[in-house]
Amino acid sequence: MAMSIVHRVTGLALYFGTILLAWWLMAVASGPGAYAIFSGFIGSWIGRLIVFGYTWALMHHLLSGIRHFVWDLGYGFGPSEREGLTWAALIGGVVLTVLLWVLAYAFGGGR
Amino acid sequence: MSEGTSSNSSIRTALKRVRGLGASGSHATSDFWWQRVTAVGMLLLTVPVIIIVMMLLGRNQAGAGQILGTPVVALIMLLFVVASSWHMKIGMQVVIEDYIHGEKVKLVAILANNFFAIAVALASAYAIFKLSSGV
Repeated sequence: MAMSIVHRVTGLALYFGTILLAWWLMAVASGPGAYAIFSGFIGSWIGRLIVFGYTWALMHHLLSGIRHFVWDLGYGFGPSEREGLTWAALIGGVVLTVLLWVLAYAFGGGR
Repeated sequence: MSEGTSSNSSIRTALKRVRGLGASGSHATSDFWWQRVTAVGMLLLTVPVIIIVMMLLGRNQAGAGQILGTPVVALIMLLFVVASSWHMKIGMQVVIEDYIHGEKVKLVAILANNFFAIAVALASAYAIFKLSSGV
């Protein structure tokens, strides 16, 4: 199915997204000035959009990765099982992303 | 087994001659294995890392630095950074080998992939160590 390529594409997105992770950690380590620049970018609408996309890519890649583990172990190869696992990853990824952002706004005020 | 011995005077066994020529001769099986090891590692770290990120939301630099410098938090973040950069290096290598067929371009891409993964890992690890040492 075409969903296999989504695992790859989300993986590629996460690859380049780690620049944000490294930038964030380096900004905290560097001091208030560097952290303000980082926060300014992340707080902007484009920054939030990127982090939202990153959250979805991470959640989808995680779930479809579990799907690959099921296959690695030799299960889930039936036609309906394969479809089921794929839909679970697809829907689960969206649900987890929304859930995390609701939690983020609840706990951190979305900042 | 018996047909091989009549045509070949060598006392080397067939297994000895082919060993190392298949997947086990390259890094492919090792990459396959470590991709799974790092995936399981990140799976285990998912909930702790999400909790840490949630704790850091909305804090200023001093507050975020204090939390990230806490030993348990620093260790979880270090494990996550090492696992993710290793995992993504392997993943990108697979993608490069699947889609890029020109030898020179492939070589440059693989070099760039290694440099990128190492740079991300070391930048993140350095920041965590610096925050942990309280300087």
